[in-house]
Amino acid sequence: MSRQDALVSADWAEQNLDAPNTVFVEVDEDTTAYEGGHIPGAVKLDWKTELQDPVRRDFVDKAGFEELLSSKGISNDDTVILYGGNNNWFAAYAYWYFKLYGHQAVKLLDGGRKKWELDGRKLDTEVPQRSQTQYTAKEQDTSIRAFRDEVVNAIGTKNLVDVRSPDEFSGKLLAPAHLPQEQAQRGGHIPSALNVPWSKAANEDGTFKSDDELRALYEEQGLDSSRPTIAYCRIGERSSHTWFALHELLGETDVKNYDGSWTEYGSLIGVPIETGPGQSGSGKS
Amino acid sequence: MCSAPEQTAELPAGTDLTKESVLVGKVTNGGSPVGGAFVRLLDRTGEFTAEVVSSASGDYRFFARPGTWTVRALSRSGNGQTEVSVGGPGLFTNEVQVA
Repeated sequence: MSRQDALVSADWAEQNLDAPNTVFVEVDEDTTAYEGGHIPGAVKLDWKTELQDPVRRDFVDKAGFEELLSSKGISNDDTVILYGGNNNWFAAYAYWYFKLYGHQAVKLLDGGRKKWELDGRKLDTEVPQRSQTQYTAKEQDTSIRAFRDEVVNAIGTKNLVDVRSPDEFSGKLLAPAHLPQEQAQRGGHIPSALNVPWSKAANEDGTFKSDDELRALYEEQGLDSSRPTIAYCRIGERSSHTWFALHELLGETDVKNYDGSWTEYGSLIGVPIETGPGQSGSGKS
Repeated sequence: MCSAPEQTAELPAGTDLTKESVLVGKVTNGGSPVGGAFVRLLDRTGEFTAEVVSSASGDYRFFARPGTWTVRALSRSGNGQTEVSVGGPGLFTNEVQVA
């Protein structure tokens, strides 16, 4: 994996809006953003209602993912270009999710909605009609998905990267500062975790920092690239952004996203929790 | 700064201003509200903490713990930023002018 395989620029996107076998897909934290205007021809995926199982706390299963992509008119041989708001954090989550179910030809639009809008590029409210396909997914690739027991066993042995803000990491906040703080769970972080906020991987306009800048960032924070890495946040979307930076841009081989993240870990009975700034420099705000 | 603001986006149900500190404000350009601006909350070291898109009336809102914050707005009509000090629980208002 490299930057060329995983990212497309806004210029490239604008020139390839009508390219064959290319589908633009918007995935936003604000699930109403699409309706207000989207990249012409893009379809919408709702991370909350379409990518999550409506009953169990898990993703839709393989059959559900096949049905979803078929209904969106996405084929196995299509290249999917994902983009979204808030520095692509839910688009990165969808990227990881597509990879989880074995869709290899997927890329992120660098900068997402923010750069597109700040550049003054065209947005459209017309919802494209794509004909139904027969999408076939693969079994989940759990080499990129971590579960709770593995995370507990990783304490002190693997790199654990907590990508939340320093205040969430230390236990002062339970959710990002633009969301209500209503969760009933413990605050803090997994012992031995480094705190490298996901946002450090992005420039102000939402584009990813250069490979050299990213490598320096994680090295400086103490990430040991000879060890496997598990990234987590609150619900697994911001950590997808970091998973993308480490696995897809820097080419680190053993990197997993723990999508259970703090909402699961911080509610488990009996697991160790650390509060305060932790070991890495960035938590000491 | 703790007094009730003249106008704000409505707070979510269940927000407890005796416990939470809420930072609300408007993005403006020459006195007119700027909707669709990207509003970033930066901590006192300049580190990114959260980002929202301002409403059509230019409003934004953050749940920020007490401390000194920078609110920085990026928009097609320009960028701007302002500092705000959150002293404790309650409602805090400010305004970011872009140009």
